[in-house]
Amino acid sequence: MSAAQEIQKPAGSGMQIKAAEMTISHVDKTYGEKQFATEVVKNCSFTIERGKLTVMIGPSGCGKSTLIRLLAGFEKPTSGSISIDGNKVTGPGRDRLVVFQESALFPWMSTYDNIMYGPKARGENTPEMRDRAEFLLDKVGLQRFRSKYPPQLSGGMQRRAELARAMINNPEVMILDEPFRGLDHMTKELMWKYYATLYEESHRTNFFVTTDIDEAIFLADRLLIMSNKPTQVRAVLDVDLPRPRSLSNIVDDDRANQIKMEALAILHEEAMRSFAGGSKAASDFIQAYSDRVGKSGK
Amino acid sequence: MNASTIVANRPMGRLRKSIFHDTGSRRAIVSLILFLVFWEVGSQSKAWFGVQLPWIGMVPAPTAVFSAWGPLLLDPSYWQSWWQSSYRVFFGFIAAMILGIPFGLLMAVSKNYRDTVFPVFEIFRPIPPLAWVPAAIIFWPTQEMSIAFVTFYGAFFTVVLNVIGGARSIDVRYFQSARSMGANGWDIFRRIILPGTLPSIVIGATVGMGITWEVVVAAEMISGGGNSMGGAGGGLGFFIWNSYVGGSYPQIVVGMISIGIAGYISSTIIRWIGSRATPWLRMR
Repeated sequence: MSAAQEIQKPAGSGMQIKAAEMTISHVDKTYGEKQFATEVVKNCSFTIERGKLTVMIGPSGCGKSTLIRLLAGFEKPTSGSISIDGNKVTGPGRDRLVVFQESALFPWMSTYDNIMYGPKARGENTPEMRDRAEFLLDKVGLQRFRSKYPPQLSGGMQRRAELARAMINNPEVMILDEPFRGLDHMTKELMWKYYATLYEESHRTNFFVTTDIDEAIFLADRLLIMSNKPTQVRAVLDVDLPRPRSLSNIVDDDRANQIKMEALAILHEEAMRSFAGGSKAASDFIQAYSDRVGKSGK
Repeated sequence: MNASTIVANRPMGRLRKSIFHDTGSRRAIVSLILFLVFWEVGSQSKAWFGVQLPWIGMVPAPTAVFSAWGPLLLDPSYWQSWWQSSYRVFFGFIAAMILGIPFGLLMAVSKNYRDTVFPVFEIFRPIPPLAWVPAAIIFWPTQEMSIAFVTFYGAFFTVVLNVIGGARSIDVRYFQSARSMGANGWDIFRRIILPGTLPSIVIGATVGMGITWEVVVAAEMISGGGNSMGGAGGGLGFFIWNSYVGGSYPQIVVGMISIGIAGYISSTIIRWIGSRATPWLRMR
């Protein structure tokens, strides 16, 4: 396929992990025409580094989901280019899989059938793939729920099933669009641990979009902070905390708190700017983040 | 704790439980008895109180209806009417499903097809099935085919509209997920569009089944006994009409209740098949 680099093969999965690098250069995305045109993304450039977990954080409604649709190839940029290992992205492909905001599991298929959807769709219903499905079912703790339908699963289980469904296809880049949004806090923390372990075992290229600063710092290798519309990268922070990470360590860690305060300062500034521009989303955002700064300051 | 819990644990128990749900069935029996008592008192009002209540005072009493029904149960021609109406409904309904589901799916997935066909579809749709009866009798060689056509016509549009609505309301993210996992068009059709539309197909079928009963009865009344035209004629609609012409009013009510029972049985069957076909909705 592409010049993806083989990193490692975790025991039992039978998967050759491939990790690719994505380059986004000078991407513009405009909706509508002439006087009705809205620039959602403007001159946006960044790299999703090979084998790293890149987290993108920015205020709600800042155009993150648009960027994801562009990365996935569901939409085309108005100008600029997106490439994966040097090959231009022209449409959706199994090298880049998207895990969506709310569950996009097929409700008419059992957990197992959902996970096997990709392999079956490509005519790869092989013993090797079935083994891989079993491995992933164990990995995400859904072995007992394999024949349940998605509506019978809890929110957290649905997200885990979705992670497994994406990973069985062995994507070179995994794109996650606020995958844990809407879960309660306890479940969310549990999901962070699951997800971090899955990442640490494979070191795929992961691109994770969120609005939650704690989630971002706990998970990220690199943190991209986005500006409000039109979307651009406002700052890039390296989250150089050792792995495996644990939640209790992160809360006490000085370096983690330093990164968090740095990130919040930029986000706050960004929110103030769009608030001055009269954005409703921005005023909500300021509200939310000043609460957080207050909390973490005590 | 009670009999229905035990029944529910046996095979087929789930079906029985859904029909004879414990407290539900008790309420159903009470409501039926109250209804019959009210009806009996109402229609006997002239004889018992000397004052005839409006409307209900002119309806044959349940006792009269049941005593007319008793001999009919042993009369093969009564069961012949059941059979004739049932198979007309069955064939009209099956034809509507067989033609309507692919037609609706095509309209949903192909814009070219939709643009071409939709205007004609929309012109035909508001024409009531009964307006087709005279034309159908002229167009189709046998009376049986005319009735079957009108029955089919009644259910077809409902089935098609439900299929289109169902297919078009499938979450776009399902298509995006499937595409990025490497699914081709046929796979998306077979494993996303088809099961995603199934709940709406079931709704279309349930509503469509109701319409076929309405239409078949009316068509049978209009087309009559049919012997002079070489057709089979008959059916529950004709049974009612014939009873009216012959002046046996309790039999009219027997015919009406028969249709009610037949319709109820039909929708129960559709609901049962529908819930088997969409297990993910049952488990919610």
